[in-house]
Amino acid sequence: MRDNSYQAVMARRPEIMKAAVGMDYSRFESGGIAFDYEGMMAAPGLSLQEIEAIQRDYAIGNTPLVELKNITALAGSCAAPGMGARIFVKDEASNPSGSFKARRAAVSVEMARRMGYKGVVTATSGNYGAAVASCAAKAGLRCIVVQECFDSQGVGQPEIVEKARKCEAFGAEVLQLTVGPELFYVFLRLLEDTGYFNASLYTPYAILGIETLGAEIARQFRAREGRDPDLVIATNAGGGNLTGTARGLLKENCDTPVAAASVSLHGLHMASDGQFNRKSFTTGHTGFGMPFSTWPDRSDVPRSAGRPLRYLHSYHTVSQGEVFFMTEALSRLEGMERGPAGNTSLAAAFSLAHQMPSEQCIVVQETEYTGAGKHHNAQLAFARSRGIDIRFGNPRDEAPGQSIVLPQSPELIEAQPADLGQMRRSLIRNARQHFPGPVRPEDIAFLMDETRADQAFVRAACEEEP
Amino acid sequence: MYKQGDWVRIHSVALAPGQRAPQVPEDTARVPLEMWVKGYLTQDAQIGDTVTVRTAAGRLAQGTLIEDGLSYSHSFGDNVPELRQVANMVWDRLYGGDHHA
Repeated sequence: MRDNSYQAVMARRPEIMKAAVGMDYSRFESGGIAFDYEGMMAAPGLSLQEIEAIQRDYAIGNTPLVELKNITALAGSCAAPGMGARIFVKDEASNPSGSFKARRAAVSVEMARRMGYKGVVTATSGNYGAAVASCAAKAGLRCIVVQECFDSQGVGQPEIVEKARKCEAFGAEVLQLTVGPELFYVFLRLLEDTGYFNASLYTPYAILGIETLGAEIARQFRAREGRDPDLVIATNAGGGNLTGTARGLLKENCDTPVAAASVSLHGLHMASDGQFNRKSFTTGHTGFGMPFSTWPDRSDVPRSAGRPLRYLHSYHTVSQGEVFFMTEALSRLEGMERGPAGNTSLAAAFSLAHQMPSEQCIVVQETEYTGAGKHHNAQLAFARSRGIDIRFGNPRDEAPGQSIVLPQSPELIEAQPADLGQMRRSLIRNARQHFPGPVRPEDIAFLMDETRADQAFVRAACEEEP
Repeated sequence: MYKQGDWVRIHSVALAPGQRAPQVPEDTARVPLEMWVKGYLTQDAQIGDTVTVRTAAGRLAQGTLIEDGLSYSHSFGDNVPELRQVANMVWDRLYGGDHHA
């Protein structure tokens, strides 16, 4: 009889994971901070063309790149003369499961199938669950999705309840939990009991799957405008979306800067039972975005393939009210009704467009599907029923968990820059805490890549107290 | 009375309050980690019985048989008048605003 206490299962994590991802991460390790990231990404031996072929089989990708002319006009009306960049969006909602997550799911599920696994398990409350369930249905594999869904009063976050429905529509088993990081413990037990594949969001398969999104943006934009966009902006949570998109752009020799955007949930604790249903975004928020950017290896695999600080040029936060406003504007002005979380980067793009000349172009790299529970009206109605104060005003006055402030006018939508220097130092501090030995020359070189910083910056950060 | 083979929902406790991870905040540590899953009953049973189900993934899971929970009742929510105001605001900005009265 196996010991299934929390401590015992967590202690078995390395062996469970090794069996469940079909990959031995130890061969990329150097014995310290540094590891062979590019070697890990190359290990699956899949070219961009092979990934595209897999996704084609699953009817994923080649989503439309849409110019949002009316949103651009609205941004222009808020900007100084000659300012107001053109805004484009990659309509990822048109993937079979309704989001860009289909791209990463297809590669994971297909690899699981090829390696002979009978099923896949994924731990996610987001669109990724539906994506894995959809691909597993097509691949003829069993699928289990583990969700954090309810608070201790049994009240479900409407968006997560909807995602459970969608997973079940694709034939998946959905295991729903109350709030807490021990979801990971349940997940490990399931992997151990079933011998299924861990369709993690953070394996090289998952991130290689998103590279096609970046590559498509480069190709579609060039075909349309005859040049590269001036900025690509990605909603950032676990880091994979941004990482894969940026890598895909680079594979097409497109060096357009990539920006990150997250919904600010400052002050809310992600593992708090009492605060769980006081937030109106279950992903794309700073509660994931900040910790995963500054320590990617907190994920469910030994080394995360999603490492956003390697690629991002700037990081912006927006408020819940700003994203709901933009979601309504997208619907009313462009005739595109999409899910709010996917519009996080759209809200940031709308603000950034004010500061860019009108001949420049921003590509927002995703949308997501909407529906019951997962609609901005559903989220606002739920928030109001929980006692959240919803009002018009200045979004800067929003207090997550207490209020949602819809902008009194579109001029008030103003993405807030996050302090990248501080985030980079935080990553280096976290690396040193996890590997307390001396910092070797290869660690310095690795941390320079990890943070897109120069040697002087990394050395100075290494000398700070860990 | 539920019959063997009925599609049902069960509830169980994955971790009792004392067994929770050390890093969880106090309000979370106070409550159990609860779990719900659906499956086919492997024997006849009544609400409140400890039962085994076969899940959609073919796995056997144990828990307490609970009432219903099979229907989806999530919706688009009650009317939020502010969204109409947002819609009118952005439309008026682009096309002028004399048609909402």
